[in-house]
Amino acid sequence: MCTLEKRGSVYILTLTGNDEHRLNPPLIDSIRAALRRIRSETTTSSSALITTAHGKFFCNGYDLGWAQSDPLRHPQLMSSKLRSLVGDLISLPMPTIAAVSGHASAAGLILALSHDYVLMRKDRGFLYMSEMDIGFKVPAWFVALMRCKVGSPEAVRDVVLRAEKLGAEAAAKKGIVDLACGGAAETVEEAVRLGEELVGRRWNGAVYGRNRETLLAEVVGAMGFDETVENADGTPKAVSRL
Amino acid sequence: MCTLEKRGNIYILTLTGTDDHRLNPPLLDSLQSALRRLRSEAAGCGGPCALITTAHGNYFSNGYDLDWAGSNEDRLLLMSTKLRSLVKDLISLPMPTIAAVSGHASAGGFILALCHDYVLMRKDRGYLYMSELDVGLVLPAWFATLLRCKIGSPAVWRDVVMMAEKMTAEVAVQKGVINSAHGSAAETVRAAVALGEQLVGRKWEGHVYGENRKVVFAGVLDALGVGDSVEHVNATSRLLKAKNVVSRF
Repeated sequence: MCTLEKRGSVYILTLTGNDEHRLNPPLIDSIRAALRRIRSETTTSSSALITTAHGKFFCNGYDLGWAQSDPLRHPQLMSSKLRSLVGDLISLPMPTIAAVSGHASAAGLILALSHDYVLMRKDRGFLYMSEMDIGFKVPAWFVALMRCKVGSPEAVRDVVLRAEKLGAEAAAKKGIVDLACGGAAETVEEAVRLGEELVGRRWNGAVYGRNRETLLAEVVGAMGFDETVENADGTPKAVSRL
Repeated sequence: MCTLEKRGNIYILTLTGTDDHRLNPPLLDSLQSALRRLRSEAAGCGGPCALITTAHGNYFSNGYDLDWAGSNEDRLLLMSTKLRSLVKDLISLPMPTIAAVSGHASAGGFILALCHDYVLMRKDRGYLYMSELDVGLVLPAWFATLLRCKIGSPAVWRDVVMMAEKMTAEVAVQKGVINSAHGSAAETVRAAVALGEQLVGRKWEGHVYGENRKVVFAGVLDALGVGDSVEHVNATSRLLKAKNVVSRF
């Protein structure tokens, strides 16, 4: 599901296989396990994390098929696990870079945006909030993350309310992506270069993670609850197209 | 006060008359009732649609009817309550909304334009203008929330609110306040219709669209609930009493 390698001071977490890397519990658990390994390995030395993927997709969002197999329980479980994963990324004691190697849509776009830096290949692949097109409600915490990461209300409107499919260059112009790079391999190389530059600043990882949490406090707050999958009292609610 | 027409799948709401379309209770009521009609027709028609709001004459809207209010607190509160209710309706409207700004839009009128998903404006005449500072009025907190939800740059908020800048359409596009600028009022409406048709062509479900817009603008909806404080209305009416305010625009 995912592999973790180390290149110098930089960790590279790769979503493996040529599938859509849909965020179901097995994949989310495997990513979280990799992050736990990173935390246990890094003690005093500085590191950075790059997340990337094999194949045409970076991540195509929630595993809706799996969700529908138990519409009352599975959506809440998936949402809760994704929020834990995003929480892990937000508190990770090192800089994080998404090397977006293919399509990133809906929860997959959120996964990319949960990183400090987003680099993306420009030769193929789209960023896309698909919810509007498939008749789903966008969770408020998704929008909170987007607003924290994307400065332009126009860009947020175009992504969420217009469901635009953005290539890397368009996304960079809208301030959603930091850098548009040549192809998948080049994107990872650029990410490694950036990672090493950041490691060279010799920041205290714990401080880095805490400062990121402070900066994204609104997102951390919003993640406590996903109104599309649960009621105010925490009981699950069935998710379907509106 | 306003008309509602349908062109294919596009509804066009027009503020009629060549006055400055001040947001007084009769106009606000007439706009809300048009939106109610729109919702019930849209529910019946079965397909996706879009709304364009525009106006006749030199003004899109010049904001609250301060002359009518005079220094009467109840009148100020009534206009505020009705405008907030209208804005809530626009934010929950189950279809894309486009403002075709056909003339000056100031204060509450500027806010009304910004409540739409897309703002297009004529570039040959007309300004966007938060006039409050020039007129000596305190900006309602929910106006500020809406401005901040729609305008990304702190430097631009400062220019709009703290400098009371009068922006032409072209400047507004540059500053990221509106989407696009067009040759004339008629051209702006034509461009709005073209955009409306593009959006309708995406075949979104109206209900989904409205719900997702509410999520994106949840901050504004919260601020609307709170509305203008009694203190604020009192302060405003004292200022109006003291200044015998007449439109400066």
